[in-house]
Amino acid sequence: MIKLNVNGRTVDVDAEEDTPLLWVLREQLELTGTKYGCGIAQCGSCAVHINGEVVLSCAMPVGSISEGAKIVTIEGLSSDGDHPIQKAWAELDVPQCGYCQPGVIMTAAALLAKNPKPTNAEIDDAISNICRCGTYARIRQGIHVAADWKA
Amino acid sequence: MMTNALGITRRNFVVGMAAAGAGFSLGFFTPLGGSGPLPAAETPEVNAWVVIMPDDTVVIRIARSEMGQGTLTGLAQLVAEELQCDWSKVATEYPTPGQNLARDRVWGSFSTGGSQGIRGSHDYVRKGGAAAREMLIEAAAKRWKVPALECSAAESVITHEPTGRTTTYGTVAADAAKLEPPFDVILKDPKEWKIAGKSLPRLDTANKVTGKQVYGSDLRMPGMLNAAIKACPVFGGTLKSYDENKASGMPGVRKIVRVGDNAVAIVADTWWRAQSALEALPVTWDFGPDANVSSADIAETLKEGLDAKEAFVGNKAGDIDKALATASKTVEAVYGYPFQAHATMEPMNAMARWTADKCEVWCPTQNGEAALAAATKASGLPASKCDVYKIHLGGGFGRRGAFHDYVEQAVTIAKQLPGTPVKLIWSREEDMTQDHYHPITQARFVGALDENGDLTGLRVRISGQSILASVMPGRMNNGMDPFVFQGLLPDGDHTISYDIPHLLIDHAMRNPHVPPGFWRGVNINQNALYIESFIDELAHAAGKDALEFRQELLSKNPKCLAVLNAVAERAGWGKPAPEGIGRGLAVCKTFASYVAACAEVSVDGSGDLKIHRIVAATDPGHAVNPRQIEMQVEGSFVYGLSALLYGECTVKDGRIEQENFHSYGVMRLREMPEVETIVMPSGGFWGGVGEPTIAVAAPAVLNAIFAATGKRIRHVPLKNADLRAA
Repeated sequence: MIKLNVNGRTVDVDAEEDTPLLWVLREQLELTGTKYGCGIAQCGSCAVHINGEVVLSCAMPVGSISEGAKIVTIEGLSSDGDHPIQKAWAELDVPQCGYCQPGVIMTAAALLAKNPKPTNAEIDDAISNICRCGTYARIRQGIHVAADWKA
Repeated sequence: MMTNALGITRRNFVVGMAAAGAGFSLGFFTPLGGSGPLPAAETPEVNAWVVIMPDDTVVIRIARSEMGQGTLTGLAQLVAEELQCDWSKVATEYPTPGQNLARDRVWGSFSTGGSQGIRGSHDYVRKGGAAAREMLIEAAAKRWKVPALECSAAESVITHEPTGRTTTYGTVAADAAKLEPPFDVILKDPKEWKIAGKSLPRLDTANKVTGKQVYGSDLRMPGMLNAAIKACPVFGGTLKSYDENKASGMPGVRKIVRVGDNAVAIVADTWWRAQSALEALPVTWDFGPDANVSSADIAETLKEGLDAKEAFVGNKAGDIDKALATASKTVEAVYGYPFQAHATMEPMNAMARWTADKCEVWCPTQNGEAALAAATKASGLPASKCDVYKIHLGGGFGRRGAFHDYVEQAVTIAKQLPGTPVKLIWSREEDMTQDHYHPITQARFVGALDENGDLTGLRVRISGQSILASVMPGRMNNGMDPFVFQGLLPDGDHTISYDIPHLLIDHAMRNPHVPPGFWRGVNINQNALYIESFIDELAHAAGKDALEFRQELLSKNPKCLAVLNAVAERAGWGKPAPEGIGRGLAVCKTFASYVAACAEVSVDGSGDLKIHRIVAATDPGHAVNPRQIEMQVEGSFVYGLSALLYGECTVKDGRIEQENFHSYGVMRLREMPEVETIVMPSGGFWGGVGEPTIAVAAPAVLNAIFAATGKRIRHVPLKNADLRAA
């Protein structure tokens, strides 16, 4: 049994230690908001927070996560979808197919937590997620809108 | 009732059962705004398109698929416009393809491709909304015993004008459902639109920002198992054998099965365990006759086609031989376009449950009816015992329209575990190496200029792959694939833009073994790149300005001219560009819409390209949701520029070499230029939106690179090109 703290809840997980956190979240904890896109930490669809840092869960063996580490997924980012990033996303209709957006939103939320007023260049550096629908322009705009709301 | 992690009941998935008994059709309910109300079994269906519940919730049926392009919202706007209902109470649902078959295809085509979502169904969905409105008004009039002509409807409220009495749609919907539909209805003039034509927020955004949106790969069902699959990496090869003992004892593994003649799947309690076991399974393949084919072989075959004697003629005018012989100057160039993968963010997947009496499939699909056909074929059951429940797609781009290999596989696996729901998910590697790829072509262009530098003749030879020959041979025309000429045709939705007196465009079909498919934009991607680059080359050779050269050739094509002029004016064409910046233009008509772009780029000393800004214009005739059009234009640039910058699948030993995003590059946010979109609907026709702009993305940038560096890149992607100044 592996003990994890996910979205403020402590859970016991029965999984091989090399199972990526992504699949434990999706298949055992039924938190399917976090997506599988590549499995090799290239696309960012699986981004979650561990102790406030962005972690690509598809390449994070669950056995290597220290007990007590605080894991937050898209389901735990806010109580009812009212994180400034989520509100800005809804305001601007950022998502198209939406599949990559939980990962983008988690990455953008972590950026804002550290840098309340990021420049375009800082956004470009922080958001390397792949979106095939091509929502990049609105992602950029959404981060600025959320930053303005927080300020 | 079983509940999954998202609080969505099993009823969402098992549709139409209770409803069928009551004589009403109930589709897959799209959960909007969280766990919203589900239509009750007794819910009156006013007609096929409109269901109204007693609390005035309006459920609009959507036959086309939502894959990010916003069609769900746009079609709902069109129905709601004519229905004159309260937009804040609109929800949507997908009818199933099985219901469509059972009801004489009352919802028409389910196919969601070719930028057809709106333009292919606007007329009948609006009529559906208008008919429902008339029936609701009539029901209220009957209840009040007054003439229907004295009643009007707005915002889901019906008013008897002389007395001021009111009632709501929800109150009279059950009565309306019993009425005969009107014989005919008059549609509103788009100038009168209040709901359509507006940049209303999408109906599917709320769940997409909280992680609640359910995609096919997220589905859960009681007792379900998960499957991972590996097909022969060489196209045309088959599965010989596998050593079951090496994987059958691994954690969670339940069954190892053959799937058709070319694949093996492992079924396990979780997908991760299924995939891990699959990677440990020793498999022997028969690679078949194409096991030695490489990209160089394919390029050689296409090159041969450039000079072949026999070719299919797609467009011919005047006397091209004479025009070339008498030209004061000829210009010649050869271009090439590679295989590309769709790479939807959500890999292929489908859930299937098979019993001897029923086969059900839950899957993302761009064409529910084609998915049903695939499920039926694999199930061995009659179509009446099969159905498909559509789920919003995590990207489509053409991959999930004509091809339902993943559905056939899921059913084939589930059939070997009767009664157990099995969810098949492809790994990214499987997704990228078992695609149906953007077709590969080369083309030679020869242009004739007269002494004034005017274009008098154009000779184009396309050599390469036909999608239709592989995918829809029934749509071939005496062996010719007319769609190879997309954007170069004499008439229709994809015409050549320019007025050229002497013209010959033909196609030497050369079909490599790599399977081609429809890929967002389809053949316009390469054809627009070729002709818009070549028009620039001709302008340069003629010593003319690239805008003026095009304007002269577009004098008989006012709509193309209008979008071209719009981008030129907004971009400041004719005024000096900032230091180091080159500007490039492109224009075309495709999917019945008119699009143009002006790109601004720079290339630094080490050859690194920066795309600073793109001004785009689009005239789709009617704009149902201008903001969604802007989003499709922005997204088209990302898809088109990803293809231009990085998109290339190469072949070695008969298989695709690129397996994941580390070797198949795509554009990221840091490369995203500023995009300014001019939406300029001129009315009188209905054009597509999701694909046309892709056509102008690559050539506008290539022409801008030439302006900035003097380098003409004719073979893409740019990752293979040296952009350092010539």
